[in-house]
Amino acid sequence: MIEIGLGHYLSLGAIIFFLGVIGIFLNRKNVIVILMSIELILLAVNINLISFSIFSGDIIGQIFTMLILTVAAAEAAIGLAIIVVYYRNRGSIRVEDIHGMKG
Amino acid sequence: MIVHSIFFYFFSVIAIFSSLMVITSRSTINSVFFLILDFISVGCLFIMVGAEFLGMILLIVYVGAVAVLFLFVVMMLNVAEQKQSWFIGKKSTHIPTGLIVSVLILLELLVVVGGWKYKKDVMSSSTLVLSDISNTHQLGLVMYTDYILYFQLAGVVLLLAMIGAILLTFRERVGVKKQSYINQISRGPLTSIELKEVESFKGVKIDD
Repeated sequence: MIEIGLGHYLSLGAIIFFLGVIGIFLNRKNVIVILMSIELILLAVNINLISFSIFSGDIIGQIFTMLILTVAAAEAAIGLAIIVVYYRNRGSIRVEDIHGMKG
Repeated sequence: MIVHSIFFYFFSVIAIFSSLMVITSRSTINSVFFLILDFISVGCLFIMVGAEFLGMILLIVYVGAVAVLFLFVVMMLNVAEQKQSWFIGKKSTHIPTGLIVSVLILLELLVVVGGWKYKKDVMSSSTLVLSDISNTHQLGLVMYTDYILYFQLAGVVLLLAMIGAILLTFRERVGVKKQSYINQISRGPLTSIELKEVESFKGVKIDD
């Protein structure tokens, strides 16, 4: 309990991942919060990669964390641009109103 | 070591609480603020565990760019009346499925944690950490040599994201005068100068 090991960091990553998935599923109102939940999930993945990298003494995990950071930034930019365009066309970004694909 | 564990529990409790607040907060702007708090606390955890370069990068990229991008979009769109409310919708059939899937994912990840605890021998790698140089130095030694292709591809991904975002949100505005270099250069005296006979005491009307 006092000695902080790899399990503690992996548990933290698991909990944050879980909260991100819950945020995606249970949010029925706002698309921006879904994007923020995706950011939470990527953050949990980064926590796992960095803790494995530190505790197994290998630097490659941190390299992949940087690549994930890059992809996350690109994804946030594209997603927010799509949200802006959608709001400009439809006037609403509520999840309930987005049913053009009948999904 | 006791200080290490105290700081770990402090930052991780803040991170879990703020990520809970991100998905349950009533207004979107509060969600963005709690997302920033989450990034900051996880960045402090990274710095604490020894990956200080990535902790700083997390602060710079996420807090400085991505979270501010979220803030700008929340400000630009009128989401004030679109407060998120849980369990109120008319036909919320996704909630049981979502809870089941999320709890299953959490259990699977915790099983991974337990399984790792019993795996003692770690496979050795060719890129083991050298202990006498700093974390940033190690990252640079590996990233610019063995992983240069991935580094360049990350740059290409960023360029594509920038082009895509600009193309998506660009729109032609009507009634705005723009500079056209082709028209400016191809102007000649025949099309731009007009000679007029000015009558006495009448004057001439310019730019009609």
